[in-house]
Amino acid sequence: MELILESRAVLAKELLHVWRARARLVATGTFALATLLLFSFAGGLNDAALRENSAGYLWIGILLASTLALGEGLRVETEHNAIEMLLLLPVSPAAIFYGKAIGNLLVLLLVGIVMLPFLTVLFDATPTEGVGPLLLCLFAGSAAISAPGTLHATLAARARSRDVLLPLLLFPLVIPCVVAAVQATHLVYAGDPMDQLGSWLGVLFAFCVVHWSVGGLLYSRVVED
Amino acid sequence: MKGRWELIVGAVGGLGLLAGSALGLWWAPQERFMLETGRILYVHVPTAWLSMILFTAAFVGSIGWLVKRRWGFDFLSEASVEAGVVLGCLLSVQGSIWAHWTWNTWWAWDPRLTSVAVMVLSFLGILALRSFVDDPEKRATWSATATIVAWVNVPFVYLCVKWMRSLHQGQSSVANIDPDMGKVLLLNTVAVTLVAIYFVVTRWRIANAVHQREFAE
Repeated sequence: MELILESRAVLAKELLHVWRARARLVATGTFALATLLLFSFAGGLNDAALRENSAGYLWIGILLASTLALGEGLRVETEHNAIEMLLLLPVSPAAIFYGKAIGNLLVLLLVGIVMLPFLTVLFDATPTEGVGPLLLCLFAGSAAISAPGTLHATLAARARSRDVLLPLLLFPLVIPCVVAAVQATHLVYAGDPMDQLGSWLGVLFAFCVVHWSVGGLLYSRVVED
Repeated sequence: MKGRWELIVGAVGGLGLLAGSALGLWWAPQERFMLETGRILYVHVPTAWLSMILFTAAFVGSIGWLVKRRWGFDFLSEASVEAGVVLGCLLSVQGSIWAHWTWNTWWAWDPRLTSVAVMVLSFLGILALRSFVDDPEKRATWSATATIVAWVNVPFVYLCVKWMRSLHQGQSSVANIDPDMGKVLLLNTVAVTLVAIYFVVTRWRIANAVHQREFAE
């Protein structure tokens, strides 16, 4: 119970921080949309192929945007030594992790939701299985990226060459999650006659359970050293 | 040279690997379906096993460091990650060569191949992390944390052939192949294990020497 209350307090601080730095959020969203446009240039004029691959473009856009969102969020904290101040508060490091990770999850979810209409406009992709399952895919995929992303962004923010280090650590780790998220989202867009959506979402939630548990356990080691 | 027992272990392993590979090429029976290309089994399978064992050793070393704070655990983790990455890269190259002759392509986006590539990249990232952190304690703690998170992938790699439909055939072991093939596979597995021990112990000594120098400065 205490952990939940503490996490909620950290989350409130994170959301306030995101609100005050709205320009950064807008920049992250714009970057994600720019990647969608770039994919459409790279894919050529084949409308069917663009529509077929639209789920992949969505998730690569979110993944690339996540490095900006995660990296920038932790950079501000380390530049002003705010993380040290946060550790002085009577809050457990696990609560700091969960508060930050949920904050990052909400940012990624927002970026994903903003991208959805553009996916329909640019690639003519409409969710055959409905908006509900699509939002569930976005939630599960964003959660699977945000937990390891928060942990590794904290590591990278305090090391040299942090801009290089974060994608280097994060991308290989979340590839299985991105594969599962792409497959699940593709099924929502293209239809799911074989009823496979549940198993891909199951894979995503399994990764979420592992990464959110391991992150909560290890965060104290990362911030206290 | 005094006390460098790992040199003997490495030499025995190297000779065993030469002997095992020669036996695999000329003495062991031909694989029924893959014919001559199936002989890659004798190096490919031990490489796969050992790379995963080394990543698991790195995981154990990382937990050891976080719990006990003894430098030996950090050296074990560093050495095992490096040796594991070398074997993981070799595994991908061997698999790619085999795939060229069997599947007529150097690379297929098959769950097994992709997950091995992901596993190797995850641990390469940890080596990069080590080189970007100057403080030895922070380097040890942060890389231990990242190693534990990356290790989550290893059981997935091991089990994905069972879980997912894959071009890659089922896991080969001494138990499910011809007894003569099994003997050669066993010999090469022992040999690659000895070579891996040599790599890890040598790298452990180097890490220890670097650590002594860092603390002397």
